[in-house]
Amino acid sequence: MATTTVKTETFVGKRIRRREDPRLITGTATYVEDIQMPGMHYAVIVRSPHAAARIRSINTKQAEAAPGVVSIFTGKDTKGVGAVPCGVVMPDLRVPQHTILATDRVYFVGHPVAVVVARDRYLARDAADLIEVDYEALPAVADPEKALAKGAPAVHPQWPDNVAFTYHQDGGNVDKAFAEADVVVKQRITSQRLVPMAMETRGVVAEWRGADRQLNLYTSTQIPHLVRTLVAGMLGLEENRMRVIAPEVGGGFGSKLNVYAEEALMGYVSMKIQKPVKWIESRRENFTCTIHGRGHVDYYEVAAKRDGTILGIKLKLIQDVGAYHQLLTPLIPQLSVLMMPGIYNTQNIRADIVGVFTNCVPTDAYRGAGRPEATHGIERMVDLLAAELKMDPAEIRFKNFVTKDNFPYATATGLTYDSGDYAAPLKKALDLVGYVKLRQEQADARKQGKYMGIGISTYGEICAIGPSPATPAGGWESATVKIEPSGKVTIMTGTCPHGQGEETTFAQIAADELGVGLDDILVIRGDTAVVQYGIGTFGSRATAVGGTALYYALQDLKAKVKKFGAMLLESEDVSLVGGQVIDNKSGKSKSFQEIAGAAYRALKLPPNTEPGLMATRFWEPPNFTFPFGAHIVVTDIDGETGQIKIRRYVAVDDCGNILNPLIVDGQVHGGVAQGLGQALWEQAVYDDNGQLITGELMDYAVPRAHLMPWIESHHTCTPSPVNPLGVKGVGEAGTIGCSPAVVNSVVDALSPLGVRHIDMPLTPEKIWKILAAKN
Amino acid sequence: MITQKFEYTAPKSLDEALHLLASGAKPLAGGMSLIPMMKLRLAAPEHLVDLRALKDLNYIREAGGQLHIGATASHYEVESSALLRQKCPLLTETAAAIGDVQVRNMGTIGGSVAHADPAADYPAALQALEAKFVLKGAKSERTVSAAEFFVDTFTTALEPGEILREVIVPIDDARTGTSYQKMAQPASGFAIVGVAARVRVNAGKVSFVRIGVTGLSNRAYRATAAEKALEGKTPSPADIQAAAALVAQGVDANSDLHASSDYRRHLAVVHTVRALKTALSRIA
Amino acid sequence: MNINLTINGKSYSQDVEPRLLLIHFLRDVAGLTGTHMGCETSLCGACTVELNGKAIKSCSMFTVQANGADIVTIEGLATNGRLDPMQEAFWNEHGLQCGFCTPGMIMASKQILYRNPSPTEDEIRHGLEGNVCRCTGYQHIVNAVKAAAAGAGK
Repeated sequence: MATTTVKTETFVGKRIRRREDPRLITGTATYVEDIQMPGMHYAVIVRSPHAAARIRSINTKQAEAAPGVVSIFTGKDTKGVGAVPCGVVMPDLRVPQHTILATDRVYFVGHPVAVVVARDRYLARDAADLIEVDYEALPAVADPEKALAKGAPAVHPQWPDNVAFTYHQDGGNVDKAFAEADVVVKQRITSQRLVPMAMETRGVVAEWRGADRQLNLYTSTQIPHLVRTLVAGMLGLEENRMRVIAPEVGGGFGSKLNVYAEEALMGYVSMKIQKPVKWIESRRENFTCTIHGRGHVDYYEVAAKRDGTILGIKLKLIQDVGAYHQLLTPLIPQLSVLMMPGIYNTQNIRADIVGVFTNCVPTDAYRGAGRPEATHGIERMVDLLAAELKMDPAEIRFKNFVTKDNFPYATATGLTYDSGDYAAPLKKALDLVGYVKLRQEQADARKQGKYMGIGISTYGEICAIGPSPATPAGGWESATVKIEPSGKVTIMTGTCPHGQGEETTFAQIAADELGVGLDDILVIRGDTAVVQYGIGTFGSRATAVGGTALYYALQDLKAKVKKFGAMLLESEDVSLVGGQVIDNKSGKSKSFQEIAGAAYRALKLPPNTEPGLMATRFWEPPNFTFPFGAHIVVTDIDGETGQIKIRRYVAVDDCGNILNPLIVDGQVHGGVAQGLGQALWEQAVYDDNGQLITGELMDYAVPRAHLMPWIESHHTCTPSPVNPLGVKGVGEAGTIGCSPAVVNSVVDALSPLGVRHIDMPLTPEKIWKILAAKN
Repeated sequence: MITQKFEYTAPKSLDEALHLLASGAKPLAGGMSLIPMMKLRLAAPEHLVDLRALKDLNYIREAGGQLHIGATASHYEVESSALLRQKCPLLTETAAAIGDVQVRNMGTIGGSVAHADPAADYPAALQALEAKFVLKGAKSERTVSAAEFFVDTFTTALEPGEILREVIVPIDDARTGTSYQKMAQPASGFAIVGVAARVRVNAGKVSFVRIGVTGLSNRAYRATAAEKALEGKTPSPADIQAAAALVAQGVDANSDLHASSDYRRHLAVVHTVRALKTALSRIA
Repeated sequence: MNINLTINGKSYSQDVEPRLLLIHFLRDVAGLTGTHMGCETSLCGACTVELNGKAIKSCSMFTVQANGADIVTIEGLATNGRLDPMQEAFWNEHGLQCGFCTPGMIMASKQILYRNPSPTEDEIRHGLEGNVCRCTGYQHIVNAVKAAAAGAGK
């Protein structure tokens, strides 16, 4: 019997390099495109060049005769396949029939019309050019406000007003608040359409095994289980006959939190041709056919007292839906409404959403999904209010924060903020940036005719999505932990990490709970045949919800380990320390290996205990979590060209307890980059005919290394009471905090010219035009 | 994205290449512009002749008091050439401003110049340098000036069957200051506007000035009105500004998503001032 | 057309269609799937490999153009199970998240140090102009290149 050597090393809270990295840095990871199978065929999709058109005819004859082509399918063939699902239920939601291939009409540029299947991808691409589609072009509309105007072309003829849905929410007494206000500020604020642009485009490999009635679908997704349920439904296949595997996934940012036509289409094709088939989205398709984010036109009104106290907020929100609803399209602007008071103490809100059909690719969840838009809105409005009242933007924020003795705090939009100390990150950020000195420097700069800006944003957000009643598909998460007969630990998580590092952080949690080393643990995700049902990775939920499911599964497992340990040690009083069960009286111990061996050998069992060491938990979160923070951006503007230079970027984020600071920093940096992308460069621009004119990386400007500032990332820590880990989530914080801080900074720089607001992206030309007009 | 089918030849000699080009083949150099266009199926040449296979087109050398750059010298080879850095720093500075490291490793001066993208960087410098272009056909060889070479968007003085064999630039001694100033389009890295300046000062007065502009219009050009306005002047900020104000005179400026024509004209003036000031500051 | 080339020290002699992109030769013929197709228009750098010592974008080159070349891909960096210092630095500094851009990013980063063993932050950032990462905001990548440079100088 071993004597006690207690392992003291712990892992949670440490900067531990990631366990998923060796395969990624050596080029040996397997993404969808890397999958090869005997007899595999390749699909190329023929797509509409028109934003709106009637299909008169499709001639596939020439293409069918082309070398290597085995099959061509059009909308006529796929009529039996169910529609692409919208997962949101709302009273007056108009849901157009979203077939996987167009039938008689196309509704956006890129709308899939036919699929060519060939034995070689080059030949499939050649044959695609030989398909003749006779279109009768129809008038299109690409701008949501134009689509609402009388006489606009109807995207769907059955709904000539182009209204996809409306949504109204009232909290408190807005009319009274506005009647009593000393001041009301109003502003139209847009949040432009963005392309998520994950580095790996979407891709699907479908493998139908006819004899087994089994469809294996490899797809680059954030939600393999939901894809299985929904695609099986579309194909009329029993769900247990379908296995979805999300292999390595090269980024998602919400764009792969969806069920796409191509996933069902490849399943259909494989079932038809009885061979595996692969489709890899081109970058052009990725720009035109994968969901876009944002697409808001917001009309804000904020009522306040002369001392800066915010009394109420009104919002008219126009959401550019695109041609269809994808999985969560109508939900996204509702998240904006939930978040519209920000972290300010106001109980009077009114929001009216109108979702508008346009002849564009649908919008849906993109990093932050509704919260960046809301935060941008309220943070701009608070600055506008401060300017109106000639108050300092920091002071007006301190004045209106929900104070730390007010938690849990019920918002006018129906949320309950879990915990917070909103002043703390702002204080810290102001100190770090040297706010008082900077304001002095700014005053001096202005005397010299220079444009220097200091912009603040203080944000809150909704993470750990979320309680099931508040979500369309269930918001719980699952985890299974096994101690194998050899004593090694295997974790199966229902989340589907694709860069967020849970193979590491989940191992850290388990290692500390069980007292084993990281190398003793393997985390498995992304395969519906191996992992119990789960929801997936999105909404900054994986650690807060999936990690908590893991935590509780570990508690169950530990209890069982102790039972076996107690049996082996013949003791009633044992504890689990350092990967061993120790008899508290004698100090004698049993290792995991010994205990696991006994639990699986099962020669003897503790009372009322089954063999084996495995525990599964499905954890339902009682609430969301609400991270928060303060970002401060210092900008210098080139008065000649309008170019913006970011001199300082200070981010103080409070995401609750931090399991791995290295990973959290990475999430903040990446989030800020995407926020900065929206603030300064990125825009999905459709022309009046519905052509996406920023449809390539040649014209769509993503952040590049030489364009990015150094991000000074810091934290405060307010643990969440919602989960035992005390974590809140950090995947979207950077994006949410960033854009208003940048715009506030630039508006601040230009405020001596009377500038109140500028819509994103802040291109040099926009700034130059302002300068040219005012000077 | 996959190109259409084509025939490919790596010629053994320039004569072979020219023979093929005379019968309708298209030249391929670094491919940094052509291959993406072929992949988007916006270009579909039936036969490509790979000029990079001709090692004797890849050189950078001094001869006859001038600098000779072979068509297939890569942007990186130009950027890192000690000879050019010493004797024609404007060209190395401009080469370093093109695209990114990988593009500069592969892209060639001949390919870039012959493609005549109106937003490419080289043409501004080559206009300011009054470069000469040696054009070779199956039966002829001729030399044209930069002013003659750049005709229109994607159009040069090259006749069908001709290739750009060599670019010739003058040697600038230390009394000549040069600079290339550019505002890059943030997505593509191409020039929204790029201005190359070469300037000499004698006894406090500008004795020589050349200004090349790219990105502004359908082709790179020399801003002669601005040059004339500065020549003979003390290069005071006011003189520079007044000269630069003429840089876009009479030019039909491009307009696109990234910059309107008004903004481009304005940027041309700003970057001309910056290029001139920097060039002046570099005079030894 | 028959071509000969060396990839990671191994010789290949193969008949290829002229239009076969180098990246497809690497992935489909040589089975080296570490090199990724990101944008297809030579703007993202995910497909970066080393060709005769120079970083190039393999999505915008035909295999026939590489006839006779010596190519190194991400799979060729680690030797005898020992990671290349740049790979090690990306790992240590958390210079990757989803990993899709990483092979190209590592190849481009190595090019930076070949030419400039102790680059400044600005030089590193400009050296990575041709490589898009959508996850990291580049900061940890910059740190990785710095760390690799510092390690190489020791």
